[in-house]
Amino acid sequence: MKNLKYLVMGTLFGVILTKSEVVSWFRIQEMFRFQSFHMYGVIGSAIVVGMLSIQLIKRNRLRTINGEEIRLADKQYSHGVWLGGLLFGLGWAITGACPGPLFAQLGSGVPAAAIMILAALAGTWTYSALRDKLPM
Amino acid sequence: MLDFLRQPWPWYVAGPLIGLTVPALLLLGNKALGISSSLRHICAACVPAGLPFLTYNWRKEAWNLWFVLGIALGGFLGYRVLGHPEVIAISAATVRDLRAELHLTDFSGLLPRELFALENLSNWQGWVFMVLGGFLVGFGTRYAGGCTSGHAISGLSNLQWVSLVAVIGFFAGGLLMTWVVYPLLF
Repeated sequence: MKNLKYLVMGTLFGVILTKSEVVSWFRIQEMFRFQSFHMYGVIGSAIVVGMLSIQLIKRNRLRTINGEEIRLADKQYSHGVWLGGLLFGLGWAITGACPGPLFAQLGSGVPAAAIMILAALAGTWTYSALRDKLPM
Repeated sequence: MLDFLRQPWPWYVAGPLIGLTVPALLLLGNKALGISSSLRHICAACVPAGLPFLTYNWRKEAWNLWFVLGIALGGFLGYRVLGHPEVIAISAATVRDLRAELHLTDFSGLLPRELFALENLSNWQGWVFMVLGGFLVGFGTRYAGGCTSGHAISGLSNLQWVSLVAVIGFFAGGLLMTWVVYPLLF
């Protein structure tokens, strides 16, 4: 069960998303209306801690628990980064959930989350089919 | 301790914990935090349909599916077991705006029932909010190569300028929907 650790990590991640209420549609609306610091605090402090951690890993050349060298791939630019980003942003403000929260909502028993995940899968599939025709 | 866990967690607790997920996944097995990829793996596993973008060994990425399964489990634990407030304490200004602009009256739960009840699939609102919204999330994240976790958290943590472009796109789209499209829809 080498994947058990990822199940545990995912469970912790899901609990954090839920208890900090970032899985709430209302919180996302509050964010896009600039009416609370909550979401900015969550995302901002996550980035700062992530950044410091990666610096620490790089400077000390830390290895994984199996002794492998830690590799971080660079993100590649394409026009899809902002075009797709814009489309995702439109969807994020409608559903009030990015992919992580959708799965957490499903677990918490929101029936609409099942429909939104199916629709998101349809979106991903459609992108896969149209990929060659889209500006890159 | 349990009382503390039961309350809503403040941003300065939740944010750093989310941030620590990035090094934890790297140290556990060289995995980059990213959630929207799971949607691609599910498509590749279930309906590859001969598409080149969906033809790869998704089993090698199985960790991502376990992670996402965990998120659902975490949603259950965090919401049903640890409990939740009936109404999430959002700012009074947001409540006022949503009442006035979107005609919402029920602020309980994670999503407004008036828009996300399954019965709404019989009218345009349900289709826009659940189906079109979900479709844009799935299409947009893959086209952009990541979502809030892969670009905003993982990517910006690793100082990727590409991720900054993506995050600006996410925000521009969200602001456009909230400030321009919503007033046209309601």
